[in-house]
Amino acid sequence: MNEILETLPGTTTQSLQSDEPKPEAKTRDEFDVEIDGTVGQPFVDNPKMSSRNCDVFYAEKQAIFDVNVDIGRNEIIAMIGPSGCGKSTYLRVLNRMNDTIPICRTTGTHTLDGEDIYAKDQDPVLLRARVGMVFQKPNPFPKSIYDNVAYGPRLHGLTSNRSELDDLVEASLTKAGLFKEVKDDLQKPGTGLSGGQQQRLCIARAIAVDPEVILMDEPTSALDPIATAIIEELMDDLKESYTIAIVTHSMQQAARVSQRTAYFHLGRLVEVNDTDKVFTNPEHQLTENYITGRFG
Amino acid sequence: MKDSTKIIKAGLNKRYAREKRFKFFGLCSIILSFAFLLILLSTIVGRGLPAFQQTYMKLDVTLDEETLGVTSNSSSKELFSAKYDKVIRNTLYDMFPNVSDRKEKRALRNIVSNSAAYDLRDKVIANPELLGTTQSYWFLAKDDVDVYMKGNIDRNLPESDRRIKDFQLVWIDRLIAEDRLEKRFNTVLFNAADSREPEQAGMRGAIMGSFLTMLVTLLLSFPVAVAAAAYLEEFAPQNNRWVDLIEVNINNLAAVPSIVFGLLGLAVFINFFGVPRSTPLIGGLVLSLMTLPTIIIASRAAIKAVPPSIKEAAIGMGASPVQTLFQHTLPLAMPGILTGTIIGMAQALGETAPLLMIGMVAFVAEVPGGIFDPATVMPVQIYLWSDSPERAFTERTSAAIMVLLAFLIVMNLIAIILRKKFERRW
Repeated sequence: MNEILETLPGTTTQSLQSDEPKPEAKTRDEFDVEIDGTVGQPFVDNPKMSSRNCDVFYAEKQAIFDVNVDIGRNEIIAMIGPSGCGKSTYLRVLNRMNDTIPICRTTGTHTLDGEDIYAKDQDPVLLRARVGMVFQKPNPFPKSIYDNVAYGPRLHGLTSNRSELDDLVEASLTKAGLFKEVKDDLQKPGTGLSGGQQQRLCIARAIAVDPEVILMDEPTSALDPIATAIIEELMDDLKESYTIAIVTHSMQQAARVSQRTAYFHLGRLVEVNDTDKVFTNPEHQLTENYITGRFG
Repeated sequence: MKDSTKIIKAGLNKRYAREKRFKFFGLCSIILSFAFLLILLSTIVGRGLPAFQQTYMKLDVTLDEETLGVTSNSSSKELFSAKYDKVIRNTLYDMFPNVSDRKEKRALRNIVSNSAAYDLRDKVIANPELLGTTQSYWFLAKDDVDVYMKGNIDRNLPESDRRIKDFQLVWIDRLIAEDRLEKRFNTVLFNAADSREPEQAGMRGAIMGSFLTMLVTLLLSFPVAVAAAAYLEEFAPQNNRWVDLIEVNINNLAAVPSIVFGLLGLAVFINFFGVPRSTPLIGGLVLSLMTLPTIIIASRAAIKAVPPSIKEAAIGMGASPVQTLFQHTLPLAMPGILTGTIIGMAQALGETAPLLMIGMVAFVAEVPGGIFDPATVMPVQIYLWSDSPERAFTERTSAAIMVLLAFLIVMNLIAIILRKKFERRW
């Protein structure tokens, strides 16, 4: 049996070894750096959104431990960290998307313009109109491009007649940089667009209800580099009118688009600093390990 | 060549052989099932096709006022109860004046269907000026004549083994010679309700009964099943003991023998709630019970298959759970839900056993007009006819099966069309 196994490709130790020398094996020590609160500057003056003592549990399992952070006005804050570090979960705290998961429990104080978004009288429907979301996988509705963008305004009754709605759809598509490409195909299905166009359609759909904050959960991870570049450019424009929180796996993307960067590790917020500082001179050992590619 | 390549190569032939064997078995089973289907269909069509034709007999009837016992001034009520059967009888006696034996005379009267008198009555009431004239009309021939005309009685058999005796054959031969016997398309089969006389028996009552029953079933089971499926899938608490219990029970219900639903309907709907028996209403109620689990299971699967990303997008836009359900989840799940519904309905359309328990097996000679009228359904009609001793019912049984199959095929077609119509890419 062993003989056969050895002859099969992929089972020999030899074939596993590449020509390039591997980076030195990770040791436990590098992971075992103490996380004691968040270093850097998690707080800003007059924040758009802020969280204090945020814990999130999935049933008995705790996914996020005591996160304290502010999101400033008209800034792009990038959230980075290895898979399963809780950055997406934290993002979903901000518009109460986690409410849709029955076993998920969120604690702590979370505010939008100083207003408690988890207050009893706070309506998640209203909150989600104010805090829009763009998902990892482009998820346009199986409807026409027009209907996709018009969905939110119709849902919330934002326009009173057809021509207003037409204008709003056009404005939203223009802001999302998609109008020129689709202006003759507004009645065609949104699912027929390319991946990058679909994602911009989703952004147009999100901004059609004129939110204050846009949450983006790895918006370009399913896209090619060109589509990614277009969306990154778009984010820069959107920053003028919206506050954006973006979760990303790409550190280059975080460095390119964001003003501040938050590094999550195993459910804890390790470091929040200006993006330049995080990528050139991180304060925390774990951040440095991550951005230098030691793990992640 | 590397060792591993050799080993893989050695195993390749075995792999291909296995693949070929599997393909062969698959093809065999398809051919086998297709052959059985063909045998089934050809037998039924072969037997049932003659039933779409019916023998008619031309008689020159003299609408003698004296024989009828009416005058041209008689009211329509008197016209209604006039002695038309006597006119028919006299016509036959005049055509065959040599018949004098009492038994043979009775046989002569029975050469034409007793519906002839009613046909004549309807014609006279519609046009009273016919009184006193002589008219040629085509009437339904008796079922025995029809069976003979379709070649199902062998005249070479000894007389005692035949339904048609020698003296009757003489009459038939003469009628054929005079072009007074003719096979025509059997409109009775589609226009009449059930009858004890095969030549007068039609499926219209059963078709209407099935239609009304299916209507009740659809209207009851579809909304209830979709609502139940949507609730269980989207709103019910997860990992709840009660929800699990309900799920297990729904799945079990789908496997319960259908006759049990009939007994339940008898005990609960008829005996307890006093729903009138033998009606499409009670039939629909019982069949709904039977169809519900099927539709619920199919709907849940369809709802579960809706991509969560679409639901997330809707909720992220600020749609409430109910808005998400009605605007996104249900429309996207609709093809699956409709397929499940039509499968359930097709099952219900072909169901007999539970209906036997609730009195839908009764002989109903009227076409039901509403869900409170006594009715029977197509499969029960097939069962009733197949149980009848007359030779002419055999072919009608097969014809009824053909009609039922046609309905099932149409329903499946509708399912496919609806599926295509509602199917969307995402």
